[in-house]
Amino acid sequence: MADGALGAGMSPTDPGAPAVELVGISKQFPGVLANDDVHLAVRRGEVHCLLGENGAGKSTLISILSGMQRPDSGTILIDGEPARIRSPRDALKMGIGTVYQHSTLIPALSVLENLMLGESRRIVLDRGRARARMAEIAKMLGVEVDPDARTGDLALGRQQQVEIISALWKGSRVLVLDEPTSMLTPQGVEELEKVLVQLKQQGTAIIFITHKLHEALAVSDRITILRRGRAIGELSSEEIRSSTPEQNRATIVRLMFGDATDIGDAPELQTRIEDVEDLGARRLTIAAGDEEEPILELKSVSAPGDGLEPGIVDVSMKVRAGQILGVAGIDGNGQRALAETIAGQRRARTGSVELFGTPVNRLGVSARQKLGLRYVTDDRLGEGIVRNLSVSINLLLKRIGEQPFWRRGRIDARKVNAAALELVAEYDIRTPGIATRAGTLSGGNIQKLLLARELSLGPKVVVFNKPTYGLDLRTTENVREVIRRLTAEGAGAVLISTDLDELLELAGEIVVLSRGRLVGTVQNGRDAAERIGALMIGDGDSPGAVA
Amino acid sequence: MTAVLAAASGLFTQSFVTALIAGGVLASIPLMFTAVGEAISERSGVLNIGLEGMMLVGAYTGFLGAYEAHSMWVGFLTGALGGGVAAALMVVLSVRMGLDQIVIGIAITLAGEGITSVLQQAQFGGAYPRLPAYPQVAIPGLDSIPILGKSLFDQPLVVYFGLGLVAAVAWMFSRTRWGLELRAAGEKPEALDAAGVSVLNTRSYATLATGALAGVGGAYLSVIAAGTFTPFMTQGQGYMAIVIAMLARGRPVWVAVASFVFGISLSLSTALQLTGINISADVINMLPFAAIMLALVIFARSAYLPPALAVPYVRGAR
Repeated sequence: MADGALGAGMSPTDPGAPAVELVGISKQFPGVLANDDVHLAVRRGEVHCLLGENGAGKSTLISILSGMQRPDSGTILIDGEPARIRSPRDALKMGIGTVYQHSTLIPALSVLENLMLGESRRIVLDRGRARARMAEIAKMLGVEVDPDARTGDLALGRQQQVEIISALWKGSRVLVLDEPTSMLTPQGVEELEKVLVQLKQQGTAIIFITHKLHEALAVSDRITILRRGRAIGELSSEEIRSSTPEQNRATIVRLMFGDATDIGDAPELQTRIEDVEDLGARRLTIAAGDEEEPILELKSVSAPGDGLEPGIVDVSMKVRAGQILGVAGIDGNGQRALAETIAGQRRARTGSVELFGTPVNRLGVSARQKLGLRYVTDDRLGEGIVRNLSVSINLLLKRIGEQPFWRRGRIDARKVNAAALELVAEYDIRTPGIATRAGTLSGGNIQKLLLARELSLGPKVVVFNKPTYGLDLRTTENVREVIRRLTAEGAGAVLISTDLDELLELAGEIVVLSRGRLVGTVQNGRDAAERIGALMIGDGDSPGAVA
Repeated sequence: MTAVLAAASGLFTQSFVTALIAGGVLASIPLMFTAVGEAISERSGVLNIGLEGMMLVGAYTGFLGAYEAHSMWVGFLTGALGGGVAAALMVVLSVRMGLDQIVIGIAITLAGEGITSVLQQAQFGGAYPRLPAYPQVAIPGLDSIPILGKSLFDQPLVVYFGLGLVAAVAWMFSRTRWGLELRAAGEKPEALDAAGVSVLNTRSYATLATGALAGVGGAYLSVIAAGTFTPFMTQGQGYMAIVIAMLARGRPVWVAVASFVFGISLSLSTALQLTGINISADVINMLPFAAIMLALVIFARSAYLPPALAVPYVRGAR
């Protein structure tokens, strides 16, 4: 489009003029320059993608635009006019709606109540008007949601639609989507893309944040790449349209890593490039013969849930030595119950859990550990570490009281520290020292600490629950490497993950967990993603489907 | 054995039941005011352990107001103010500064007990001046229903206010912006913040309302029920109110029902002593607390607490 090419120089009425423009935004946090003189112009009817890894400054930039944070310097222009955005309310009033990465819906309230929250200053709620407004926006998006449903009961894709409706409540000038696909099935992503097309036709400017390159290329008209707080490159809509996906990918890689003096250490670059390459190329095929005895087997195991989180029902699975068994499923479909039942933290109600052919139902956590079973929890801060204890004690947490670290009830600090130093070096845990409080480490280093503790004692079967959730690319790659190495050395692994790409990269066989049941098994290979997605949706209640 | 049975059958005379229900209603009113208040702050995410202290402050200031102005209405007003001032301390320290709600709550209770005792002693010496009895208001027609009429519909005016308050708060929760914002502040404060409503303000107002209502509850004890202020006169009713609000899952109508049940158990102590049954007064006085424990054992599993209860809100904190 010619308008787009002429860009910001046109008059404010020009449909190609930026709906929102960030000029010279900087934001300093203690120790981190989160945004460094960032410029960003987003036009009407365009999907503008912000691409960058965790910590690149995407979320900070967005929280500035949505009024959650204030910039140290820089201005925000709305339709060419300087705007003061001092609170989320200001942003909403100006028609800037944000769908955050972590749901801001309140599960205990109805859909309509969620939408009415903060909507007006009137004391008595006007349900009729809210209903009408909701119907209006839903029609525009081409979606259908029951306004009286309890929000927590809706499928995640459907909840996201509610969030989009909520973001557009006060107007649809700009819609910000922060990592919107992280919780969706492939089918849910498709539905989201349809909604985006509808919105583009309405002239909404859309900011789409992601760290996945293929996603950025699939949906965006324009891509800005952020790195270490700076906008280091932009790919215009013309460039994207006139090139093949491969060329675009190459351009982005060049933009991200082109300046050789700015790259830093080489291994880092290596993993980053790997990540932006097509993941399919590195799938691991596991040659585990069926005749081999499983080292971990679940036979029709059922276990209770916990609060809102479902339990598991009639789950059967087998893990053989050297095999990674993937467990796919949308978060909250019984993953934790499954992991804890295997680990021994939760009792199976029926069925049997067998290690090396022996039922271990009656054994507790430590007895199962002695048999070689380990569990790397997803609740790293909660049950993973003791925040206020040192890194060294956390590393040896499971050996308290054991020789040679404890003698006659007294701790041998020298032995503990020596062992801890060894593990810190082996697993590359970045910590100021082994006496540092474990809670002060970054998420990635806490995960490395957990891996070091759980994997240091010759494990034979390991259950990983969302092992790379929330970690930066580099640590993610490290963790995946640890899992690969572990199984290459002959241990078995159960990899529970909500990241489909991760499962496709690591696991040979993937089972799908839906509402606590195993609804199918998929051999990794062509179309695996689609087949898993179809199974995840399960009983026809398709999240994001147009009813 | 037969003596006990005879006593039991002789117990439930019409006048006994009337007195029991009437006493239950009277005893339940301070619990109801206070527990409805606690329901408001609990729903907004503030666990108000200081309720006992706020009640006591309200009882004292309420008594002073009624005593000096010769009006029970002034008494309720000053009671509400006293409770509100005590709650303001909680607002500043716990809601605004994010200090631990339980520690601050305990501090407020201890301070309330101490300060009111000292002030009462300083002001009246060893004397406990009494207030006049205030008139009861009978609802024409309804008060002539056998048994229930006299007990339910011939009460001090403030009793009817209390019932009206329950309905008003229930309506507020479900039909108004304030109610929605309160619930959001307790369920998921970051969502309320993202929607552009101040979590701290919402919680502050809720806490102040709680303090004022606890103050009214306390003032009821001193002005209506006892007619005087004695140190420590709340006798754990503030804690009972916390339990009631939790068991009622923050729903005002259930708060009223639960308050009445505990009110009955409180008045049963008095009623049993009046009938002259030979049970030790100490045992009878334990009844309300036994009832609380029983209720907790039976219903505590189904008690619903908002996820963000007692968690200070700091924007951007994970």
